[in-house]
Amino acid sequence: MLRLLNLELQKLLLNRTSKILIFVSFILPFFIILLSSLKINVFGFFTLELGELGIFNFPIIWHLTTFFASQFKFFFAIVVVSMIGNEYSNKTIKQNLIDGLSKKEFILSKFYTLVFFSLVSTLLISLISISIGLYYSSYTEASIIFRETEFLLAYFVKLIGFFSLCLFFGMLVKRSAFALAFLFILFIVEWILFGLMAWKLDTGLAEKIQNFFPLKSMYKLIDQPFQRIAMTKFPDKIDLSYDYTVHWYQIAIVLGWTALFVFLSYRLLKKRDL
Amino acid sequence: MESILTINNLTKKFGYLTAVKDLSFTIKKGNVYGILGPNGSGKSTTLGIVLNVVNQTQGNFHWFDGNITTHNALKKVGAIIERPNFYPYMTATQNLRLVCKIKGVDYSKVEEKLEVVGLLERKDSKFRTYSLGMKQRLAIASALLNDPEILILDEPTNGLDPQGIHQIREIIKQIAAKGTTILLASHLLDEVEKVCSHVVVLRKGVKLYSGRVDEMISSHGFFELKANKQNELITLLENHASFKNIKVEEGLVTAFLNTPMQSEDFNKYLFEKGIILTHLVQRKESLEEQFLQLTDNN
Repeated sequence: MLRLLNLELQKLLLNRTSKILIFVSFILPFFIILLSSLKINVFGFFTLELGELGIFNFPIIWHLTTFFASQFKFFFAIVVVSMIGNEYSNKTIKQNLIDGLSKKEFILSKFYTLVFFSLVSTLLISLISISIGLYYSSYTEASIIFRETEFLLAYFVKLIGFFSLCLFFGMLVKRSAFALAFLFILFIVEWILFGLMAWKLDTGLAEKIQNFFPLKSMYKLIDQPFQRIAMTKFPDKIDLSYDYTVHWYQIAIVLGWTALFVFLSYRLLKKRDL
Repeated sequence: MESILTINNLTKKFGYLTAVKDLSFTIKKGNVYGILGPNGSGKSTTLGIVLNVVNQTQGNFHWFDGNITTHNALKKVGAIIERPNFYPYMTATQNLRLVCKIKGVDYSKVEEKLEVVGLLERKDSKFRTYSLGMKQRLAIASALLNDPEILILDEPTNGLDPQGIHQIREIIKQIAAKGTTILLASHLLDEVEKVCSHVVVLRKGVKLYSGRVDEMISSHGFFELKANKQNELITLLENHASFKNIKVEEGLVTAFLNTPMQSEDFNKYLFEKGIILTHLVQRKESLEEQFLQLTDNN
């Protein structure tokens, strides 16, 4: 396993473009979160300090940071599709197989790599959330700090699921740009299907079915936190309440998609003549 | 002799096109094999199948004694097919180290093999800055990293300039001299003739011949003759039972044998008949002539 991971890391880290994209997708969100936690003096008129709004309180900070950081997953998605696209355009996938890598090992080396980066990202976000939280939060009891840390698990699963989808599209179309286009098409198709179902059936049922779609199920793992922040400001407004918690079945759905995408990528490579 | 690769009834179809049809042959250790065939005869497809990049439609093959998975067997094989494929953004050393990781070979081999192909002084240049000849040499270095039991080369001199072709041939000869089994696919016959002891001839995916180069067609060779009394010579040859046909071109008489005959016996016979030769050469058909004969007749 380490051999396969090591192999793929060499391919990625010696490539300047992937190095920059990896840096952007992992380091940038943390800088932004870090910066937003600082006291910013806006041209001497007033000081802006987001921490004062209570958004860095435990446990809501877990929700907020994972939600924002996951928006940066698109940069690493480019890395994932290009790491497949490059293998095809340089024909190095053929050479790798001739040199004695099995098709299974080839897919696994890609999968291990994206799990590795998801893990690194999850660890980074836990560290930064803990530090900011400890600095700003009004509550610092251990029981409150570690409440809702399931958002970290959700973040981890969400990244793996999304990158596995990219892996599959990369294997399917062999070209990075087309794979990204497919991602966008899938997004549209999901909404069209939802629209059709909402029109033909009823909206409630359509929403339930939509939660099983690949992109939507990944999104639902960490729902948007804005409404929740609003709720903390206006606790008496009942109509604002919504279900933002992470459910086990949501994780199961995304893990199911992940397994399917990795398996399909392997099947595709096995059937294909290079 | 130990067999390295056994192919049984291999068939590959691309839609309606049959690229390889019911092909069987065995590669034995220590020989140098050539796979001959015109373009599109199924050479590269056959190599692709045994190298795990093309799926066969029917039939099977196994490496060594058959108790090893294909991808593990390939770690003991060195292969170059068509064009050199490497990561353009990595240097020669980095590319070869990656291959070491795949094959499970020690890094110390990298410099050693770069030395063999004469790329040591360019080892830290990126692959994309290399000329085609250098890329091809790097591919050979990469194929040699694991000191392979068999080296497979598919059109290794394709697209190279004369110097490049010469360099590659020299390297191949050196490797063959060390006793490494080589499988060389090519449509350049003089290339195969120079290094191979055995050939497999393919045409439209069908095997026409497999065996030793010198036994390729049932021929006993021919004499090239010149004599002052040319007309008498020709009459004599035409009445001799050992010759099947006689050709005359620009004063050179070519007489094809249908039974074995030694040149000294033939010379003595003519001398006794009063014909003195000014030119006597006994030859077998060149690989090119044999190949054309074989592919035209079928």
